[in-house]
Amino acid sequence: MSDWSKVRLHVVTGKGGTGKSTVASALALALAHQGKNVLVCEVEGRQGLARMFDVDPLPYQERRLTTGLPDEDGGRGIVHALHIDAESALLEYLSMYYRLGRAGKALDRFGVIEFATTIAPGVRDVLLSGKVYEAVERNSRNKGAIRYDAVVLDAPPTGRITNFLNVGGEVGGLAKVGPIKTQSDTMMKLFQSPRTAVHLVTLLEEMPVQETIDGIAELERAGLPVGGIVVNMVRPRDLSDDDLAAARAGTLDRSRIEAEVKAAGIEVTDALLDGLLHEAREHAERRALEDAQRAVIAGIDVPTYELPRMAGGVDLGALYELAGLLREQGMA
Amino acid sequence: MARSTTQRQTRVGPASPDARRAGSLDVDALIADRRTGIIVCCGSGGVGKTTTSAALALRAAEQGRKVVVLTIDPARRLAQSMGIEALDNTPRPVTGLDEAAGGHLDAMMLDMKRTFDEVVESQASPEKAQQILANPFYIALSSSFAGTQEYMAMEKLGQIHRDAQAAGTYDLIVVDTPPSRSALDFLDAPERLSSFLDGRFVRLLLAPARGPAKLMTAGFSLITNALTKILGAQFLKDLQTFVSALDTVFGGFRQRAQKTYSLLQADGTAFLVVAAPEPDALREAAYFVERLSEDGMPLAGLIVNRASPAPDSPLPAEDALAGVGKLRRDGNGTLAAGLLRLHADQVQLVERERALRERFATAHPQVPTVVVPALAGDVHDLDGLRRIGELLAASGGSSTDRSD
Ligand SMILES: Nc1ncnc2c1ncn2[C@@H]1O[C@H](COP(=O)(O)OP(=O)(O)OP(=O)(O)O)[C@@H](O)[C@H]1O
Ligand SMILES: Nc1ncnc2c1ncn2[C@@H]1O[C@H](COP(=O)(O)OP(=O)(O)OP(=O)(O)O)[C@@H](O)[C@H]1O
Ligand SMILES: [Mg+2]
Ligand SMILES: [Mg+2]
Repeated sequence: MSDWSKVRLHVVTGKGGTGKSTVASALALALAHQGKNVLVCEVEGRQGLARMFDVDPLPYQERRLTTGLPDEDGGRGIVHALHIDAESALLEYLSMYYRLGRAGKALDRFGVIEFATTIAPGVRDVLLSGKVYEAVERNSRNKGAIRYDAVVLDAPPTGRITNFLNVGGEVGGLAKVGPIKTQSDTMMKLFQSPRTAVHLVTLLEEMPVQETIDGIAELERAGLPVGGIVVNMVRPRDLSDDDLAAARAGTLDRSRIEAEVKAAGIEVTDALLDGLLHEAREHAERRALEDAQRAVIAGIDVPTYELPRMAGGVDLGALYELAGLLREQGMA
Repeated sequence: MARSTTQRQTRVGPASPDARRAGSLDVDALIADRRTGIIVCCGSGGVGKTTTSAALALRAAEQGRKVVVLTIDPARRLAQSMGIEALDNTPRPVTGLDEAAGGHLDAMMLDMKRTFDEVVESQASPEKAQQILANPFYIALSSSFAGTQEYMAMEKLGQIHRDAQAAGTYDLIVVDTPPSRSALDFLDAPERLSSFLDGRFVRLLLAPARGPAKLMTAGFSLITNALTKILGAQFLKDLQTFVSALDTVFGGFRQRAQKTYSLLQADGTAFLVVAAPEPDALREAAYFVERLSEDGMPLAGLIVNRASPAPDSPLPAEDALAGVGKLRRDGNGTLAAGLLRLHADQVQLVERERALRERFATAHPQVPTVVVPALAGDVHDLDGLRRIGELLAASGGSSTDRSD
């Protein structure tokens, strides 16, 4: 049973480079089972999803990407992808809601579209999150579109996520009345409801953990629903706590290791033993720092999931593996 | 745009005719060279730009240079240990370094909005400045327009450079760059900002303020009507105020951006591209290296930071894993199994990173490179910075591996 079965919109944020795109993709794979349709969106114009799934750059159009991770009965769903850019979103929005006729063309000709999507305060964010909203709450205006069981957003980083979702605030201030205001109020209803969850990806390092804590506080102030914390790139935990402590103190039992390595069928040399002991010590030091950060995270009252650091990097196979781990831990 | 043609040995761009492998980057030679007046550390997000800038600045200061380092968003503890937690936009002396060689180090943390406000205040009359500072469009522009932070970093660099030249305070400025999604943003932002300010829509909005309304074309009133319909009348009013107010300071912006840009192309500037040994970061680094050479900007080299430390023992990963399998099957030797698995992981990581670096080097053989291993912990004090400084310098110095 998933911890987030009521959630329709999964927003994945985190400090830059912590693995937002990776986690969003894995989560989409994990959610897509038993014939479910899942959409994963990106809004940062980086084509990270295309790279992740090794396909051509994505257009402003929903594309079938791949099949999801099967469940025990082999039931698979489908993962679709969408690359949202502000200009296309604005044009689509205008044509869906306004009949501007000649004015619509003039907007483009006079550079208003560019202007609105780059500088007009908050407008860019409303356009991007507006399209996400549209994908979650499909209505009759978008004929023939797929209705998704879940939408996963590869979102802007922690520092910008609250502004991004808090569309009521900034734009509301500028366009105090009128249709944009009504529109952003409706979007806020979804973003602040239990049907949305903002998940935060972090590493077991000081800065990302601090940013996670700050991000959660900011989300809560804005009334946005905090989802889970995904601790990414966790080092292997093959050594017991006692062995780790001994490794740090430099008191690991050399003769025990020697005997065990021999039992492993490996030829023992002094250089090998020295090397393993040294590696153990370095690892133990890092692990101690990781454990300190893990303790900080444990103090946050939010469900936590862990993903290992894949030594060979993240390819498609690894993504499915990560998806399996998320599902096992109840995230999907 | 003028291109710098004089390049020192350590500053060979990819377009250089000398296409041999450049070998290792000699950081100590770079900071010892008195002609080096500005070092810019750039790279994609989270790769270690701030750490590297601070470490280089400290090392240069302890070797006798008079240094100021301009950091952006340093980790809290690092900022504390450098005495720059306060965001006041002025360089503060860093204490606790070895000044025996006659150098010193100042540091500051860039406050992007403050810098922008200062520019407005210095260019406009007090009332006009007030009007601009309070405008919602200005607030958005100065705090969240993509590229503003990059523009401001350059602006501040220009300022500090002018002041340092006038007062002789510093002979080396080390510049950190913002955590942009792309390293290229640092070069593109000023242009983006100016071209926005010079855009057609902005010019049209300016027209009524500048003269008779005859420039108000039919198309334009169509637009204003449409905007009013969608966004309300206040929106357009605020916008117009903003644009006409900014017009006053606008000329200044362009000029200054241009000046700083040529400062970056000057001979005393050295770019260091920082990357993590990961595909994305190295791809970014490659774009950046190409772009620097197109723009005639002096590239000093590539720093591959936070590399996995090479394992000490040469046991191949497959052998280690085979051993782990045997121990697990026989049900004994949990400690050795753990150690061997760690070792195999480490070998795999190092191997993968080496392959990635090799690929970069093949495409850009002329870029001198240094690999800095990841320390076990964060870098949050002067000792940590010194350690990084030593690692940065460690593989340099030997001219033998550069000769062919
Ligand atoms: N569990 C993992 N194991 C190994 N490598 C990983 C793991 N998760 C992510 N990575 C790698 O780390 C890098 C950054 O990941 P990713 O692009 O998902 O981060 P991001 O937060 O989306 O970054 P950005 O802020 O740049 O958008 C990538 O090279 C990715 O392959
Ligand atoms: N060689 C290293 N070994 C260990 N930790 C390091 C190393 N280099 C950097 N770090 C750590 O990595 C983290 C990120 O480094 P830093 O803040 O310098 O990156 P950055 O490129 O400035 O990031 P941003 O793009 O967010 O500004 C910091 O916690 C820093 O202490
Ligand atoms: Mg990403
Ligand atoms: Mg930084």
